[in-house]
Amino acid sequence: MRTFKIGGVHPKEYKFSAGIGTKISLLPKQAIIPLGHYLGAPSKAVVTKGDLVKVGQLLGQASGFVSANVHSSVSGKVAKIDDAIDASGYKRPAIFIDVEGDEWMESIDRSSTIKRECTMTPEEIIKKISDAGIVGLGGATFPTHVKLSPPPGKKAEVLIINAIECEPYLTCDHQLMLEKGEEILVGVSILMKAINVNRAIIGIENNKKDAIAHLERLAKTFTGIEVMALKVQYPQGGEKQLIDATIGRQVPSGAIPIEVGAVVQNVATTFAVYEAVQKNKPLFERIITITGKSMAQQGNFWVRIGTALATVVEQAGGMPEDTGKIVAGGPMMGRSLSSLDVSVAKGTAGVLFIPTIESARKKMKNCLRCAKCVSVCPMGLEPYLLMGQSENAMWTEMERNRIMDCIECGCCAFTCPSNRPLLDHVRYGKTTVGGIIRSRR
Amino acid sequence: MDKLIISPAPHVHSGDSVSKNMRGVLIALIPAYLVGLYFFGLGALIVSLVSVLSCVLFEYLIQRYILKGEKTINDGSAVLTGLLLAFNLPSNIPVWMVIIGAMVAIGIAKMSFGGLGNNPLNPALVGRVFLLISFPVAMTSWPSPIPLNPNYLDAVTSATPLALMKFGHLPNIMDLFIGNTGGSLGEVSAIALLIGFVYLLLKRIITWHIPISILLTVFVFTGILHFASPETYFATPVYHLLSGGLLLGAIFMATDYATSPMTTRGMLVYGVGIGIITVVIRVFGAYPEGVSFAILIMNAFTPLINTYIKPKRFGEARK
Repeated sequence: MRTFKIGGVHPKEYKFSAGIGTKISLLPKQAIIPLGHYLGAPSKAVVTKGDLVKVGQLLGQASGFVSANVHSSVSGKVAKIDDAIDASGYKRPAIFIDVEGDEWMESIDRSSTIKRECTMTPEEIIKKISDAGIVGLGGATFPTHVKLSPPPGKKAEVLIINAIECEPYLTCDHQLMLEKGEEILVGVSILMKAINVNRAIIGIENNKKDAIAHLERLAKTFTGIEVMALKVQYPQGGEKQLIDATIGRQVPSGAIPIEVGAVVQNVATTFAVYEAVQKNKPLFERIITITGKSMAQQGNFWVRIGTALATVVEQAGGMPEDTGKIVAGGPMMGRSLSSLDVSVAKGTAGVLFIPTIESARKKMKNCLRCAKCVSVCPMGLEPYLLMGQSENAMWTEMERNRIMDCIECGCCAFTCPSNRPLLDHVRYGKTTVGGIIRSRR
Repeated sequence: MDKLIISPAPHVHSGDSVSKNMRGVLIALIPAYLVGLYFFGLGALIVSLVSVLSCVLFEYLIQRYILKGEKTINDGSAVLTGLLLAFNLPSNIPVWMVIIGAMVAIGIAKMSFGGLGNNPLNPALVGRVFLLISFPVAMTSWPSPIPLNPNYLDAVTSATPLALMKFGHLPNIMDLFIGNTGGSLGEVSAIALLIGFVYLLLKRIITWHIPISILLTVFVFTGILHFASPETYFATPVYHLLSGGLLLGAIFMATDYATSPMTTRGMLVYGVGIGIITVVIRVFGAYPEGVSFAILIMNAFTPLINTYIKPKRFGEARK
């Protein structure tokens, strides 16, 4: 079975919520909808305090190339526009809406019939995706329409759908594939049309055998879509690792996937594309996984963007008593939160409660120079060396040792027998070196 | 829930630890240790106990009274150094020499550089080579293998296979395989050391790169010599692989984390270097055995190897 060629680890999976059907989360009393995304410029608010809005109404207009529209996920009255911390841990402008009822825009097709035919041109599809505010739902929230518009002179050969979900605990994509398989495949064919390719590969890790079988069966009714089971190996969901695993090509340092003819989209993003193009529904809700070793009721919930995490967690039986750390996202790359009073953002894939006994890092010891961090690094870097150079502010050397290639997957720190905070130092160095590189331009 | 912890990702850990790795190596040494106890009896027991205890004691004392740092003897590395030092000593060596060896290994080779992970040279080998140079007679008169030998200092001594080979006698290959031969107390049994090697590989404590590159280099180099001139170089490559400290050195000494390179390509260069130097010393040098020197010399090259030999970067492969 295929996988990527360099490094990687296999953390214990703990997919407790696998196979648990999605529930629709209750609406919040007040939705706090972030205007910005993790990447790119925040959108500009097009509503003001006191305005009445409907579900699906535009709240923020994209400003700049790497930016995406923001729509209301609820109906009600705009209470204020202010800064708020969202589940990605960043403070950014947000629109606060006091929820009244659940009135949707009439333009949205709310029927459950699956519409397979799409007669739009590629340009129309990309415009639609851009209008619907779709961003990468794997976590990086990069605007999808940008990824679908390759730079001049570059031609996509294959579309790769990221259905890896290599993070332990998380099951939102898995559940989406089981419940919305056909919609996803329609979404894939729409994306294929948008970038004008006749081949698509859906990469799924082999720990989701039911999803693989389900999509394989459905894929027979579509042309050019292949479902590829991949060996379970973290960080296979990393874009470069996934391309290597599926088509055996390695994106060069500093380049983007189109360089090797690939365009990668997350599976949940693909579903959002289906809804936007076929159902005229902007992106304002997603599935998030609520999980943890001590959770009484693990679950996957359809949640409107802007809902406070606390509201969702309550429906899963509340936060466990022994919680020592709350993580938005998976345990390998997620962000720890200071409270549940933050709202779900487009990139929020789940909430993980880690018991106190597993929350604190163990004491750091001397580096053994065991080379395990080097052997697990999926980018072929030397984390031990980069950490030392970061501590000693050796920025030039770090740049030469390819610090900017780091994808921050955390394999190094996960593996280190001496519990060294390798990634903390590498991240710090990467930020500094990145600043130095930008200042040269 | 009293308080929440905020820290950057990753929020999980593999559970690997320093002591786990050290314990793994110690377990891998058990077969060879049992063979040593069987063939060298009481002497092997005394030498190994004294070596382990004095290594642990020296580390404790230095850490507590000189470096004034946290207690480090619990990580198992001092026990391991002690056992490896003993493995490299003849079982009839006087106790006071063992203690000196332990002091050099822990005090000079390890703790003076800052302890575990910071030492440039393999501590057990520094201890052994120090004794070899200081007490050449005691270090090169090995007791004959006598099952459960009750004699310690007055054990009957005999030449090692490598010394015999220099004078044209070839030992029985089966004896070399099971360990029924003269030598340092942990190096004699090829099969026991190989069992340990398989265990280390299965537990992913080491990778194959260093041991295999050393053994292959020795095999090829001595093979070429033997093939070119069987009259002068009568020992076949198989004898070279099975005799002396080669297997112990390749599997347990050269793979010491702190003193070996960080990349697989670097490990191969390092292994080939050890193999070549070992054969040169064995075949052309004054000493019958050269594994310890070869490893220490390549230990010294490790920083250079790490500087110039980088891992295979992602994107470097052909697309």
